[in-house]
Amino acid sequence: MKKIKKIKIRLNGKIKLIDENCKVQSLINNLNIPINKVAIELNKEILDKKKLNKIKLKKNDKMEIVHFIGGG
Amino acid sequence: MVKDKLIIANKKFNSRLIVGTGKYKSMQECAKAIELSEADIVTVAVRRVNITDKKKPLLMDFINPKKITYLPNTAGCFNSVEALRTLRLAREIGGWKLVKLEVLGDKKNLFPEMIETLKSTEVLAKEGFEVMVYCNDDPLMAKRLESAGACAIMPLAAPIGSGLGILNKVNVKIIRNQTKLPLIIDAGLGQASDATIAMELGCDGVLVNTAIAKAKKPFNMALAFKNAVIAGRQSYTSGRIEKKLMGNPSSPKKGLI
Repeated sequence: MKKIKKIKIRLNGKIKLIDENCKVQSLINNLNIPINKVAIELNKEILDKKKLNKIKLKKNDKMEIVHFIGGG
Repeated sequence: MVKDKLIIANKKFNSRLIVGTGKYKSMQECAKAIELSEADIVTVAVRRVNITDKKKPLLMDFINPKKITYLPNTAGCFNSVEALRTLRLAREIGGWKLVKLEVLGDKKNLFPEMIETLKSTEVLAKEGFEVMVYCNDDPLMAKRLESAGACAIMPLAAPIGSGLGILNKVNVKIIRNQTKLPLIIDAGLGQASDATIAMELGCDGVLVNTAIAKAKKPFNMALAFKNAVIAGRQSYTSGRIEKKLMGNPSSPKKGLI
């Protein structure tokens, strides 16, 4: 079986290894993140949550996944 | 009787008390205090999802955003760029347009950086946000924010989390008299009577977090603030008596033995 190449991205400030050609949607699914409770930013651009399946992640991409927490 | 509702950006709210969701010991405690406060609006912060610990409880699981209006804030932002980024993300989470803008200028006193705040207000208003703006108790700046498109003016009573109460009642009154926008005292209240004073000055509401969350008995304090806001509003709309220098007996002189 051909080994899938891994690439490094920065997710929420931490380095993460993911499969090359991984789409945002699969990463979100793998992380088990409730999509309706978060917002996703890729290289400082907010992603349309309906189009996550169309966006491929590249080496050194910077991704932020945020949600609401307690605050004043 | 016409219900005396709080109206912000054409939306009506029953309660004039807005509460923060930070600093509680647990999500359960936070949810219970909010329920007791009967607040219709709660402030929330935007932060990174914990990728490693997925079992961490989510705020949305405890406070239903369909029942209570979430007011995303920009706490921790020290310039316009950070604040705009945060609120655009907040809008993306669930379509929130009503937001609390808070751009801080100093890490110690947490006073608002008003130049950055003003710039951000203009941009956000143009992008269709309904911006409730945390600001200094400065009547001139309050006017500028109003022209920039703010939907509510939210001057501080005192530094965030200080519990000092309203330090400059005169300025709050001047702002009240000059604006028709909702005026909400945000930050610095320490006890329930501070909220009553704010309401008696003619404010439309108060925003409280630390004073409830860090009280020895948060649930009782949530109730106290609820009652204090109602009392202050009733007192304000009832029209207080004039202040006089000399005494004026309450019992009639006629028939005195």
